[in-house]
Formats: sequence, structure tokens, C-alpha cells
Amino acid sequence: MANLKNIITGLLGTDAVRDAGHYPPTVPSFLVPRERFIEAARGMKKAGARLVAEWATDERKSNRGFGIYTCYSLDSEYIIISCRIPLEDPTFPSLTKKFVPAFRFERQMRSLMGVIPVGHPDPRPWIKHEDWPEDAWPLRKDFDPSRPMPRVKGEYQWIRAEGEGVYEIPVGPVHAGIIEPGHFRFQAVGEDILHLEERLGYVHKGIEKRFEALSWIEGVRLAGRVSGDTTVAHALAYCRALEAMTGSVPPERALWLRALMLERERIANHLGDIGAICNDVAFTFLLYQFSRLREVVLRTNDKLFGHRLMMDRIIPGGVTADLTPEGKEKILREANWIKKEFERLVIIYDENPSLEDRVRDAGVLLPEDARELGVVGFVARASGVGLDCRVQNPFTPYDRIIPKMTVLNCGDVHARAWVRIEEVRESLRIIGEILKGLPQGEISGCLDPPSKEGSGFAVVEGWRGEIVYWLQSGPTGGINRCMIRDPSSVNWIAVEQSIHGNIVPDFPLCNKSFNQSYSGHDL
Amino acid sequence: MLRILHQIFRTGIVTEPLPAGVEKEIKQVGAGLEEAIRRRFRRSLTIREVDAGSCNGCELEIHALNNPIYNGERFGIHFTASPRFADMLLVTGPATRNMEIALKRTYDATPPPKLVVAVGDCGCNGGIFGESYASLGGIGKIIPVDAYIPGCPPRPADLLRGILRVIS
Repeated sequence: MANLKNIITGLLGTDAVRDAGHYPPTVPSFLVPRERFIEAARGMKKAGARLVAEWATDERKSNRGFGIYTCYSLDSEYIIISCRIPLEDPTFPSLTKKFVPAFRFERQMRSLMGVIPVGHPDPRPWIKHEDWPEDAWPLRKDFDPSRPMPRVKGEYQWIRAEGEGVYEIPVGPVHAGIIEPGHFRFQAVGEDILHLEERLGYVHKGIEKRFEALSWIEGVRLAGRVSGDTTVAHALAYCRALEAMTGSVPPERALWLRALMLERERIANHLGDIGAICNDVAFTFLLYQFSRLREVVLRTNDKLFGHRLMMDRIIPGGVTADLTPEGKEKILREANWIKKEFERLVIIYDENPSLEDRVRDAGVLLPEDARELGVVGFVARASGVGLDCRVQNPFTPYDRIIPKMTVLNCGDVHARAWVRIEEVRESLRIIGEILKGLPQGEISGCLDPPSKEGSGFAVVEGWRGEIVYWLQSGPTGGINRCMIRDPSSVNWIAVEQSIHGNIVPDFPLCNKSFNQSYSGHDL
Repeated sequence: MLRILHQIFRTGIVTEPLPAGVEKEIKQVGAGLEEAIRRRFRRSLTIREVDAGSCNGCELEIHALNNPIYNGERFGIHFTASPRFADMLLVTGPATRNMEIALKRTYDATPPPKLVVAVGDCGCNGGIFGESYASLGGIGKIIPVDAYIPGCPPRPADLLRGILRVIS
């Protein structure tokens, strides 16, 4: 196995300086000179690594200018490579031509931090809408977040197709269903889609900036509201990054309970999604059947953990809700019942030809494109890319209960539905194992405050895929920066790519099969 | 087909009466409610849901109103795709700056008399996101609000109660 750390030190020698304040030590962080930043990226590309995230920090208070950070991953390894750039010349070499995900990361960095990716092919803002003042960079430290953002004149330049019979369909931001807002612009001929362009940012709530005004403990509540459907996984990723910084390990029982909640969240969301996919091909029978199962799961959550979505149940140092022996019994009984009902429904899904006709070969994301786009989660697994943090970077109890990964190659709507079906089965099994091995003891431990000028990193496999948190403490020990990378930040671009060659009426179906988060992306 | 029919008959009707408290309240609201829906909304209340910046938590619970257990349709509550057909806007928040114009346009596109219900803690007052350059706070900062349903997110039963209360 290639070792990313050795590649960087071999390539850059003493120019790559290891950051001693970064945790956990298993994810090394290197500072490199700006002029060799691109060289490091080239080395990573050659090794076959993917770009996990790219973000900027304002470290002027510590006299370090702006920080440009990249995170790469190969197999189970993660590495962070950064460089510093001064205020007078806030430029850095764009990585977009090497790594596709950098395309939006860098537009976002430019829009929100005012750092300029030199060589980036697209100067349009991202997240920031065109009616914001040009010089409004909310993530800079001298930006006052309490000041309302004035509106200026500006127009977003869409990519337009021309020719006889070509027309444009604007959709959103307010959609027909009960879903989050975003804008989609289709260029079409007849029913065939020539091009789809997304424009997001409508639910930008200033989450990353908001973190900087909160204490470490308060932060977890906000992390739990980055994307309401993934509240457990986001809170968990935040806590794990913070715990890595402080070196605290929650009690064993808390770790197992966290995994239990994570799997229950996965089951509830997958059940909802499988039903919704069926609904989008007008097979409402399965929508109602699956939503009934989902409701049962949520009610049990409410009963046992005190919240239907399990918001605020995971805190730094542990969890807030314990499981009684009766609760354990209830979950086991429920899991058995769901299993039986679920399998009946899966047979109906599998045997229905009119459903199959719509879900097969629709919205295909080819494995080579999936790799190139750097997608994660079930989207990746449905397109031949076997990524799952629970398998590659396990934390207790996943080091003992190893999830079976389902990887399909066809990359269509059916594949994304079927991966979810297999994952519901697998999560039910994992829950059984967790309850069998659940250790006794405390459910939360104490947490020391993190040291000044340090950083922490964590990844957690939420139901959509890999969630990344990178926390940085400032010169006074508070939150200086909280970087969040929801799976949607990389997966949204795959929706655009998978729609080529499809017809307009199939878009809702394709989109639902991805079901990416707007809130987690827009932050 | 046989499997589908079998599953339908095996499942039966799973719709539940509302929780005791909610049921009682609806009784208190009394026959006037049915009368109100019949008279004011011609037997059905049509809702346009608008996410003005939510984290998607509220949307999940609003979705649940349509599941067979809560079955909002039995009260004549129906979700529509267009604000043109809507009697009520059910708006989740916080209202973001980037959604402000779209929310105002949706409000303007809804024919009067229009009821606006702000959903969730964030829809009521901005919640944890507060007021900032990106989040303008509660829905009431952008359009007139007739009723509030707090909660993070409010449970489906709370949503039903809130909706039924405002139309009575």
C-alpha cells in the first residue's frame, strides 16, 4: 500500500513541515511552501489519491496570513497538506484541472474567504449569490457577521445551449415537493436533456461563521443542525474531531451507543428514500409501506432516546441517552418485525416490471466518472467505488463488528436503491451485534478544553457517506475555524453528470435516487 | 399483483387517532372546524410548503404528515405543488438572505386570503442560526405570519394540531 506520508516527505523533503499541533497523529498534516503546493497535489494524483476537501482559514491573528488546506485520501489513509498565503497576495494554484471536486471547493473559497485560485476556469461565485457585494468575504475575521448583507446588481451567467429547438427550463429554488430549495437549469431539445446546471446556496445560513461565535460545547448543537436528516452523524463527526484534539476517549458504552444511533439513522433515511424513489415512478404503494416502517423506527427513537431524529443525543465525551434492558428488548423486537416486513416489500420492488423499466439504466453514473468526481457514500458504492469509513477507518465498535460493503457497478437509479436495500439489511444485523456486545458502564466522560492553536480531524460514515470535520482552535483557545464537508459537497456534481442522455421527466427520479443535502452543502 | 394485494390486506388501515391531547383539542375546537374547512376552504385545505432555509429536519416531519399513520388527507389537508392553488403557506426557516426574494415571490403568488404558518424554532425566531449576514431570523421578518408551530423539529402531531388550530 502506498503511504501518502512517505510520498510527500520523499517528494518535498524538508520543505514539508509536519504540524505537531494536529490530531489525531494517524492523520498527518504537513505545511508546504506555496510554490510547491501544486507539486504535492501532483504527487497525490499520481499515487491515485482522491481530493477529500479543500478549504481556507484566516490565521492573520496568529500572523500566518491565510491558510489553504487540502485533504487527500487513499484506501484507509488521510493526509492534510496546507500552505500559507499573505493578505497582500492572496493567491494559490488551482487544483481543479487535477481534481474535479476542487472546482466547487475553490469557487467557494474564493467567494467566502476572498482567496484566489490561479488557473481556475470559472470565476463565478458559489454559495455567495451574485447580488452580494464583491468584497463581502464572511469567513474573514474582519467581517462583521451581525451586519446585514446589502444587495447589489448582478446576474448569474448560465451556461447556455443554442440552436434550433433548444430551450431552457428553470426549476426552483422553490420546488414542487416538500424538499429543500435549489435551482436547476436545463437545456433541452424535446424531452432530451442536453445539459443541466445546478445553482445552490439558497439555504446558506452562515453555519461555518456561526461556529466561530460558539463555545466548543455549544458547537455540537449546531453540528447537529447542519443537515437535519443526518443529525447523528454530523454531531458524531464534530465530537470525534474535538475528542481527537483533546485526547479524550469516551467510555466504551458511549461508543457503542453512538454506533447504535448511527445505524438507526441510516435505516430510517434509507427506508424513506427507497419509498420516495418508488413514489417518483408513481408506485405509491411502496412509498406508503416504507414510510410506515420509517415511522415505526422514528417512534422507537422518540420513546428510547427522547427525540424522533435523535438530535442532541451525542455530545462531546459521550451520549446523553442510555439504553435500558427493556429498551434493548424493544429494539430487538422491532428489528425482527422490520426485517420481516422489509423483505416482503423488497420482493415486490424486485418483481415489478413497470418499476424496473423506470429505474434501470436511468441516471447512470459510470464507475470511471464516479472515481474522477471523487464521490462518496452510497452514490460511490452504486458506481463501483468501494468507500465506507466504517470499514476503512473504523472506530469502536466497528473494529469488531465489520460492516459488509455492497458495491454495484451499474451506477443507475436501481443500483442506488439496491445499495440502500442491502445497507438496511446490514444495519439491522449490526444493530443486533451491537446489542449483543453492548458493554456496561458510564455513558459520558469528562472533556478537557482543547489546547490553543491546534487542530482536529474526523471522518464518520453517515447514511449519505463520508462526513469530514476539521476543527481549529485559535490563539485564545476558542473555535477559530470549523470546516464541514458533507457528502453532498462532492456528490452534487455527480447529479449533473449522471443526467446526460436522460429525459426531463426522469430528472425527479434521478435526483431522488441521489437525495443529496442542500443544507449540508450550502452551510 | 397478488403479493401487493396480500400486503395491502395484511397491513389493513394503520391510520391512528391523534394523541389524546390533540384529539381533545380538536373536539374543543368543535364542529366549527369542519364548518370552517367546508365554508372557507371548500372541504379541503391546500398547503404549499416552503423551505426558506431549514436544515431539512422540519421537512422530514412535514413529510410524515402524509404517511399512512398520520394521514393528513383525512382532515382535507392536501399539499400542492403551486402557490397559486394554496390556501396556506407552511414555511420553515430560518429565512436566509438567499431565499428572501423567492419567499416573497411565493407569498405574492398565493391568492388571498392566505394563511402563513411558521414552522420550527428557526421558522419562529431563527433558532440556533440567529440573525446574521446569511440568516435573517424568523419567517415573520420577511412576510406576515398568522401562526407559529415551535419545536426542533415539531412532531407530526404538533404540526397537525398547529394547522388545525390556525384554520379554526
